[in-house]
Amino acid sequence: MHSKFIFVLVLLLLAPLTNADQTVISKADPVLEERVMALSEHLRCLVCQNQTIADSNAELAVDLKNQVRDKLRQGESEQEILDYMVKRYGEFVLFKPLVKSTTWLLWFGPLLLLVLGLGVLIINLRQRRKLMQQAPALSAEEHVRAASILSGKRGEEHS
Amino acid sequence: MNRFFLPLGIFVILVIFLWVGLKLNPREVPSPLINKIAPTFRLPQLHDAEKTIGPEDLRGKVWLLNVWASWCVTCRQEHPLLVELGRQNLVPIYGLNYKDDRENGLAWLKKLDDPYVLSAYDREGNIGIDWGVYGVPETFVIDKAGLIRHKFIGALTPELIQNKLIPLVKELNGA
Repeated sequence: MHSKFIFVLVLLLLAPLTNADQTVISKADPVLEERVMALSEHLRCLVCQNQTIADSNAELAVDLKNQVRDKLRQGESEQEILDYMVKRYGEFVLFKPLVKSTTWLLWFGPLLLLVLGLGVLIINLRQRRKLMQQAPALSAEEHVRAASILSGKRGEEHS
Repeated sequence: MNRFFLPLGIFVILVIFLWVGLKLNPREVPSPLINKIAPTFRLPQLHDAEKTIGPEDLRGKVWLLNVWASWCVTCRQEHPLLVELGRQNLVPIYGLNYKDDRENGLAWLKKLDDPYVLSAYDREGNIGIDWGVYGVPETFVIDKAGLIRHKFIGALTPELIQNKLIPLVKELNGA
């Protein structure tokens, strides 16, 4: 029983080694590799949509990275490769959305909300200040009553 | 009154947005290739590595390109529907065997029946990338002029075939 447990434990420890080949990339050309990774940061992995293909080890992401590497090696520019990807997968493949009329709300929506919020806050504060100023001052008699209420002798109120 | 209706109104709008959002499928990324000329390729055939196949060979007819692989579980689920569709002789179905092992692909077709006129063999998956494939299975509808007219992402269902695929094929054939 005990040895079986240890055996399973050893297997579990070895498990990460089995898919080690997924992350192995050619380190032959560090400059190229750096460009591949830099460009990969801009491309969305469509299988795991909230990751870039640089972060993902999904099979499609690895293939796309290879594609990026091949194209860079063939002398294509970064922009040409992005255009190629957009043509095939649509603008959604760009991790950072383009700024254009259909994405204005996305880009500037938070700013709009901030401005609206500040506006509401300022209006509210002004109104409150006005109300405070308009409130009539207490008479001497009222001051005495207020003091007595605050000191806890509530009985005197009705006397 | 404003005190109640303003928050209530905002809440209702929020609920509508969330409700619509629930029904959207973020996994379905619309293909920019729709109504564009299908990306060309020249690939060896699955059954005969000596022969090749490309979209140009199929100009002048409406056809389907189904991307499949023997390692793809959803393809297995979809497969009987393709076999059934193939029997109806409404539209020729071509396969793109994607990132598969030739032996495994052939064995798969032998075991589960072969609905494809031909399958192209895309060992490296490069043609898949060219066609914007990101999940298998995917099914493209290509018209007589060689334009991609529709892309089904994920497994076809009997409803999709009856309500969308067959009417579209008939329309493209000018029936």
